[in-house]
Amino acid sequence: MSRSLKKGAFVDEHLLKKVDAANADTDRRVIKTWSRRSTVIPDMVGHTIAIHDGRRHVPVYISESMVGHKLGEFAPTRIFKFHSGQEKNVKANP
Amino acid sequence: MARISGVDIPREKRLEVALTYIYGIGRSTALKMCRELGIDHNQRVRNLTEEEANRLRAYIDAKLNVEGDLRRDVQQDIKRKIEIGSYQGVRHRKGLPVRGQRTHTNARTRKGPKKTVANKKKAVRK
Repeated sequence: MSRSLKKGAFVDEHLLKKVDAANADTDRRVIKTWSRRSTVIPDMVGHTIAIHDGRRHVPVYISESMVGHKLGEFAPTRIFKFHSGQEKNVKANP
Repeated sequence: MARISGVDIPREKRLEVALTYIYGIGRSTALKMCRELGIDHNQRVRNLTEEEANRLRAYIDAKLNVEGDLRRDVQQDIKRKIEIGSYQGVRHRKGLPVRGQRTHTNARTRKGPKKTVANKKKAVRK
């Protein structure tokens, strides 16, 4: 079941504060966050947000079409480095 | 004869079932349609009057997203997910299950026929 519209999209308070601050003085610096559970809201579009993947912060440029997804969806937590003998790996994970 | 929204011509079946031959219409949608239009869902399609068929067509045109349009929408959703680089998009790109199913075994629908890996280590024999 989806979340009640009355509550609005969930964004962690600490991340929201950073985004608002960045919007207030048009700061284009990367925002670091551990909050993978936060929803991408329209305010974030145009920023680069570095999302923690458990090891490091993966910088992700937020575009219009990402609104509504969770931040964690854009920073995979698992690495798969293809099996031995598998030569042409079309798109390896970063 | 009974041609509803494009190419679908189910005939000897009960209306409720026949309607599900249309992509985008399942049992519950079919039943709901019949109920709202006041058409008996138990009758065979061959007994359907032209007037009733027309009402079904109008209903689908007005309220439902079916066949080609629906297929296109689904494809676009998948493409969007691939483009924004979300986890679901990555899974689509790799042809693996998208909704968290296990891939150690099974997942053959997404992965296709088994590709046996050669040289899998056998137990050492003497």
